[in-house]
Amino acid sequence: MEQFKSPQNQNNKTTQVKKEKTSLLHKFRGNLRYQKYLFVYTCLLLPIIFYLGIRILPTLFTFNVGFRDWNLLSTDIQPFVGLENYVTLFQDEIFIKSIFNTFIYILLGVSGQLLFGIIVALLLHKINRFVGFFRVIYFIPYVTSIVAISWVFQWILMGNGIINDILVNLGFSAQPFLNSPDQAIYVIIAAMIWQSIGFQMVLFLAGLENIPEMLYEAAEIDGATGWQKFWYVTVPLLNPTIVFSAVIGTITFIQVSFTQVINMSMDGSGGPLNSTISVVVYIYQLAFKQFDMGLASAATVILFLFILALTIFQMKVLTKKFDY
Amino acid sequence: MFKKWQLTLLAILLSVVFAACSSDDESSANQEDGDITLEYWQYSFDSKVNLMDELIAEFEEANPGIKVKQTNFPYDQYNEQVAAQVPAGKGPDVINLFYGWVPTYVDAGYLQPLPQDAFPHEEIESEFFPLVEATKMDGEYWTIPTSVRTLALFYNKDLFEEAGLDPNSPPQTWEELEDYAVQLTKADGNGRLEQSGMAWEPAQQGHHWLRDGLTLQAGGQVLSEDRKEVVWADTPAGLEAFKYWLSFPTELGTSEQGFYTDDVTAFVTEKAAMNIDGSFRVGTLQSDAPDLNYAIAPLPGKDVQSTNASFWTNGITARVEGEKLEAATKFLEFLTSDDVMERWLDATGELPAKESVAMQDKYVNDEIYGPFIESLPFANAHFFVDETRERDLVIDAANRVLMEGQDPEEAFNQLVEATQKLYDEYWEK
Amino acid sequence: MRFRRLLPYVLLIIGSVIMLFPFIWMVSTSLKAPFDIFNLSIIPENPTLANYIKILEESMFIKWFMNSIIVALITTISVLFFDTLVGYIIAKFSFVGRTVIFILILSTLMVPTEMLIIPWYMMSSEFGWTDSYWGVLFPGLMTGFGVFLMRQFMEQIPDDLLNAARVDGMNEYAIFFKIAVPQVWPAISALGIFTFLSNWNAFLWPLIVIESPSLRTLPVGLSFFSSGEAESQWHLIMTGATISVIPLILVFILLQRHIIKGITLTGMK
Repeated sequence: MEQFKSPQNQNNKTTQVKKEKTSLLHKFRGNLRYQKYLFVYTCLLLPIIFYLGIRILPTLFTFNVGFRDWNLLSTDIQPFVGLENYVTLFQDEIFIKSIFNTFIYILLGVSGQLLFGIIVALLLHKINRFVGFFRVIYFIPYVTSIVAISWVFQWILMGNGIINDILVNLGFSAQPFLNSPDQAIYVIIAAMIWQSIGFQMVLFLAGLENIPEMLYEAAEIDGATGWQKFWYVTVPLLNPTIVFSAVIGTITFIQVSFTQVINMSMDGSGGPLNSTISVVVYIYQLAFKQFDMGLASAATVILFLFILALTIFQMKVLTKKFDY
Repeated sequence: MFKKWQLTLLAILLSVVFAACSSDDESSANQEDGDITLEYWQYSFDSKVNLMDELIAEFEEANPGIKVKQTNFPYDQYNEQVAAQVPAGKGPDVINLFYGWVPTYVDAGYLQPLPQDAFPHEEIESEFFPLVEATKMDGEYWTIPTSVRTLALFYNKDLFEEAGLDPNSPPQTWEELEDYAVQLTKADGNGRLEQSGMAWEPAQQGHHWLRDGLTLQAGGQVLSEDRKEVVWADTPAGLEAFKYWLSFPTELGTSEQGFYTDDVTAFVTEKAAMNIDGSFRVGTLQSDAPDLNYAIAPLPGKDVQSTNASFWTNGITARVEGEKLEAATKFLEFLTSDDVMERWLDATGELPAKESVAMQDKYVNDEIYGPFIESLPFANAHFFVDETRERDLVIDAANRVLMEGQDPEEAFNQLVEATQKLYDEYWEK
Repeated sequence: MRFRRLLPYVLLIIGSVIMLFPFIWMVSTSLKAPFDIFNLSIIPENPTLANYIKILEESMFIKWFMNSIIVALITTISVLFFDTLVGYIIAKFSFVGRTVIFILILSTLMVPTEMLIIPWYMMSSEFGWTDSYWGVLFPGLMTGFGVFLMRQFMEQIPDDLLNAARVDGMNEYAIFFKIAVPQVWPAISALGIFTFLSNWNAFLWPLIVIESPSLRTLPVGLSFFSSGEAESQWHLIMTGATISVIPLILVFILLQRHIIKGITLTGMK
């Protein structure tokens, strides 16, 4: 396959690493150093092969396809078309809409799950009875099948569903929820937050455990109040977890948004009126419904750059803030 | 020195990976043990899979030297599965496809035309229902079905009686359907539907009902003869059908999208009194709702009668040749034999694709299948260039009216325009 | 004071109701007959095990269940080992190419899996990996997620602790296993839970790469029940979902206590 035939930059990199390695070896002959480097590179050997072969190469393959006109069902040669796919995408209203939606999904969804995740973890950290019990309860949504639970949500939220019963009994008018282009995306975001609280809770619990108890004790001796302890001990020391949670939340949200949207949107493809379509859903439709691998790959590249930029931004902003 | 062998190993491993990925696929060549093995793919549907196993055993016995391997994938991921195997040079020799997908597959060069010596055009055209022409393109038949399905009206007899309607005289005209739907609808004091007179789901069969049912019944056409122009809006019939279709969730207030999550579920749980659905649903109803007291009638008509037909159909993939092609042809001939068609109906509830087999008295007079068979002579299968997108356009047009209050005429014209664009793109290639 | 102590419990209980309601509904639906699924009662009026029997009667059910366990276990062990190691190295050693490697590994998370299926399938069919356990599990043997997680946690281990061990003459492998790993046990447990879970639920790739019914994983096998043409056998989907969630809850119950560090070894000076 032609797409795989340009691994030159990869090869260059390995030779480069090789050169640097040998020259470094000459510099530091100290036993400790030598042992350290030996350890580092031996251990990284397999992982590097794995990531290059299983992840990076296929990704480069996808990037290459983004410049081609490729019908997935066809075995003909796929002609190189330059930036044509990108031009098509940026003229495509639905694609623009999907980027905009993805942005909303991330903005509200990730901050929502971080917020609730921290709250639940802190509450669980505060109590000393039934801790395991509550943990299991809050984790259950995360392990539940999205397909199954999406149907339950549809059922709860339908015209004569439970939520509308409650609204009507309270004197409000019934809401269309998933049947409304204005409300559907927020309903789906709420369901996503519901599902990922357990995930964030586990991360933050692990993060909280990593904070040495003695720091709190020290703060108490200095007469710190609960809030002060939270702001000056918990938050800074939880920072690596927060950075991780925000970044990983964003990244996984992009994947998760696919299953949720497919299963919760009324037509199963980001409706009504494309109001809930996310980039991944659109990529999937392009690739496997319309078999246009070229367009799908180009969209993947754009999504990749979008997330990459967002991740770098998050790591910079979040990490710096508490860097003392 | 220790470093060096490590790096060499890395280099070797990497080059193996690269080399393996860039070498052309030749490994899937057949082992020549005298037998020809045909890969047959079909989506996963219990009754079809089981019957197919039986049929394959018979076919293998009658044709020594030919083996058939059946592989199944869930309906929702069927296209993915096909697509994933193409770049790897793998996949089926004989494939069962939904007819609406065929143009896309033909366009990509995935299929080859049916060999004319085994399937002469005159024979297909004289024996099969004319709707199989939906997969005739560029003067060739690309696929041939064993069976077809039609849409008809499913109605709940108990709910009919409860509303004071005669369960033995289902609605036959547009006006009657409206009237019945209204009488079968119940709403609470807050304007919320409690029971829907008519299930209405554009994403399910609703879009088929609009195109091949209502539009043709009103005397309109969706496509021109050459399948290049969308002539839906050329006569007032198109808009009339569209407006009638939309009147159920709007003026009549008998229907709601997503009512009890979807039309089939609503009908099964007796929350919807009527539904437009296909013969393929009969099996589900029998297993899921054995006590449901329902009956089936041909679609209510207007100036003319018309209903939608659809079918799963078998094609031979492009790279099959030589002896394998002969074997595949034999297999297709077997699958389209009269005997297999009859057994197909018994096992799966899908109707024979040949007129002489379908129109036998024992089927026409069948309580359940009768109405579907009766509809076959006036059934139409819309030619799709892209089933998913054409469906989505209909859904969007309906939603613009229902959710954004757009004028139906405007929504309809946009629908026609957008559909025409799909056809232009398709024929341009 | 009393109120302040009880408040967390009150809040947690209110939250629990919201968290559990849809789940309970799912379980309840799995006990209902198809025509009964819209019956409003949470406790089914005519509870039936028919759905469970239908699914468990499937002759390959046990096989699928075991396949899922095998795949999820092997990937989890591999991920725990490699990702912890790589995370540790990236966090605690400075060496040439560290940032590049980290960014490359992180960037592997930013491509939707859906788009990697085609190249993975080409690769698998080239190497003859299709229709095998190895084919199902190879893409998940190491994850950017785990490396990133472990790096974040390993960074918090004080360098002094590691250097002290080096001065004591411990070799690097021993330092990793005996000093570093115990420090981040909560994170390793969390990673174990997440990895097991995501592999247990993995659907699209196992579906594509497996052809033989006997090699299907549980989600793939169950999907064959519910997918007819535009069919919605919700009672069966709910049943399948309920069955497959049980091992996950068990894994979580087993591992969650390790999220609390047994002994705080933090040897801060």
